[in-house]
Amino acid sequence: MALSRSNWRSRSESVVIPLAALMVALVLFGIFCMFGGKNPFAVYAAIFKTAFGSWNAFQGTLLRAAPLMLTALCTALPARLGLMVIGNEGALVLGGLGAAAVGLILSYGSITPNPAQLQTTLGLAPTVVQIGMALGGIIAGGIWIAIVGALRHYRAVNETISSLLMNYIAIALLNHLVEGPWKDPASLNKPSTFPIPELYRLGNIGSTRIHYGLIYGLLACAIAYFLIQHTTFGFAARTAGGNVKAARIAGLPVGKLTIIICFLAGSCAGLAGMVEVAAVQGQANASIVAGYGYAGILVAFIARYNALAAAVVAILLGGIINSGGALQRSFGMPDATVLVFQGLVFLVVLYSESLYGRFKIFKEPEIPIAPPPVPSAAVPV
Amino acid sequence: MSNRYIYVPRRQVIRGLLATAAFGATSKLWTGCSSSPTDTASTSGTSGASPDAGKPITIGFIYNAPKADYGWNQAHAVGAAAIASMPGIKIIEQESVPETKEVQEVMRNMIDQDGATVVIATSFGYFDPHVLEVAKAYPDVQFLHCGTLWKEGLAKNIGSFFALVDEGQYLAGRIAAQASKGGKIGFVGAKPINPVLRNINSFMLGARSVKPDIKMQVIFTGDWSLPVKEADATNSLADQGFDVIAVHVDSPKVVIETAEKRGLLSSGFHSDQSALAPKGYLTGTVYNWGTIYKNYVELFKAGKTLINGGVKPQYIGGIAEDYIGLATFGPAVTEPIKKDVEAAKAKLVDGSAVVYKGAIKDNAGAVKIPAGKTYKVTAPELTKMDWLAEGVSGKTS
Repeated sequence: MALSRSNWRSRSESVVIPLAALMVALVLFGIFCMFGGKNPFAVYAAIFKTAFGSWNAFQGTLLRAAPLMLTALCTALPARLGLMVIGNEGALVLGGLGAAAVGLILSYGSITPNPAQLQTTLGLAPTVVQIGMALGGIIAGGIWIAIVGALRHYRAVNETISSLLMNYIAIALLNHLVEGPWKDPASLNKPSTFPIPELYRLGNIGSTRIHYGLIYGLLACAIAYFLIQHTTFGFAARTAGGNVKAARIAGLPVGKLTIIICFLAGSCAGLAGMVEVAAVQGQANASIVAGYGYAGILVAFIARYNALAAAVVAILLGGIINSGGALQRSFGMPDATVLVFQGLVFLVVLYSESLYGRFKIFKEPEIPIAPPPVPSAAVPV
Repeated sequence: MSNRYIYVPRRQVIRGLLATAAFGATSKLWTGCSSSPTDTASTSGTSGASPDAGKPITIGFIYNAPKADYGWNQAHAVGAAAIASMPGIKIIEQESVPETKEVQEVMRNMIDQDGATVVIATSFGYFDPHVLEVAKAYPDVQFLHCGTLWKEGLAKNIGSFFALVDEGQYLAGRIAAQASKGGKIGFVGAKPINPVLRNINSFMLGARSVKPDIKMQVIFTGDWSLPVKEADATNSLADQGFDVIAVHVDSPKVVIETAEKRGLLSSGFHSDQSALAPKGYLTGTVYNWGTIYKNYVELFKAGKTLINGGVKPQYIGGIAEDYIGLATFGPAVTEPIKKDVEAAKAKLVDGSAVVYKGAIKDNAGAVKIPAGKTYKVTAPELTKMDWLAEGVSGKTS
């Protein structure tokens, strides 16, 4: 067992391979830029400068990374249980709706306050309303994905398909509510819920322009990592993910695990929706459907479902998105350029997964077992 | 052993390709609609600065979809291209910017990195909270928003401009009614909200002004950019025997192309789609944003700004101001129709005729604009319109 402390070679494998894949993607993208008549090195420099070049630029990267951290967990957590959930977008939308509903009820006493109610708030402390909105988002998003888990466990419905289709239901529900029962009559051209009072919105961290969503994202990633890697609950989930039959035979409550993990996954994406409503838009409307959920799937894939890695990858992807504008404005490249880059990263990283275990350098050296003079004794690694 | 290092299982290849395709198809984070025709006005326009004019005025344009979308964004990009070549002006553009924190970042980057002193935010949803927020942080930069959201009491560096399309759609409706043989017009709209309803109603009022018994069926797709539903709606209207299709979605491209394929007449919107339907295209209201942008540039070059009060905080106009016009006429618009439209247009321009002249009933028979009452297109009452005019089948909710 002492060996597990010194398994740096196999650990470094999971760092070196994704990094090398990223490099390959950069080179491929450089070739793509050359075909477009641009100097690839100038493009790399511009990407770096606009994404990570200064604190001001890096704030933009972190700002874009914040929702991706949360939505990534919606795919990363169930993946440890062997489920491929891609309902991130739907859970985010539900979270946004839940947060807006709770926020309005705690502010005015009604989701659709009448003009008299709009005059005064109920006078609750901002923290109370904010926690309420966060819980609203967490619970709404959590239940949404828990439905996916329940369908999977009790009715054997494929979770990938059901979660994908539920995205469309969620968006339709959002459109229905903001155009119908929850509509603020003042939002003529852009149907929205009533706005949450300024006082109760989430502000920015200190003097930066980064909202508190970033802190939620980092915390959620850290908690998820701890939960999966360092608790018996996480161990049970990973065991079930490795082999469901074995887990059942071992007496693990697979159904309960599935639904709890799915709830947690959805609640992360739901929290992202709450942040969009409470920190960015100030109300729920179609603008919260901005693709953060789908981008989160990409982040989870590249991070190989590791919650801590998801935070890092989210920052990386945030940087790529951040640099997209500079590519358009300084190089006159079309808006799809950044999609090409991101698609290349995606493809190369996925393919690189087949490289694990193929390089000798990442194998632990075969250490001779202490006393017997047999140098080639096979030690299981 | 050595050649196994580069072995990639087929399953992995297929999985990767599928996943990437699925991602590309579903991701809306960076692009609202990935189809971007290349044969249209995609001028980069960054070369507009003339060295002898001292420091050029840098103007940043932000679009919410690709600027070659045959729709709303293209109309703005054409306007931007019109000022790009003016001396002393440098324009920078960014397309497919969503209405999230992203647009705030883009505005900041344009100002901080590219030195923009004027930012033109062309999408409705950019205004609240995004323009309001960033304008606070940059009191010396002028923010112009395309919409009617400006009101008293906003920061001095925020202005807005808008073009009202009612008169253009009224004329397009007149053309459609005269070109139609069956007298049944189909309309594909995005959402039953005020601007779309005004568009539909003015089109219908125009059509009924020449053929009082003409019928119109509206199909709302539910969102601004749903190409599949737009094609479905057009096809189902074609199946039901409608022979003219009018449209109000972000990009009318799919509707116009589908109508052409089905051999129908079509009336476009936002920008000129005549190239998409050489047989059936009638015309359509186009925005002449270039007119407005040129006006702004003239003012800026004379040293006038929103902040010093030289530029009005709001410019709203219609056909008289040349803020809107009609697209190239298609072959189905015959000489007599052209003459009729020229005459009708002249009356709208000189004010001797208006689009909204009572009595106007809604499609349930209730009188919405009483007899004897007329509204100019700028009348505030019209921004509350939430009904469909007489003769239009469809529901507003």
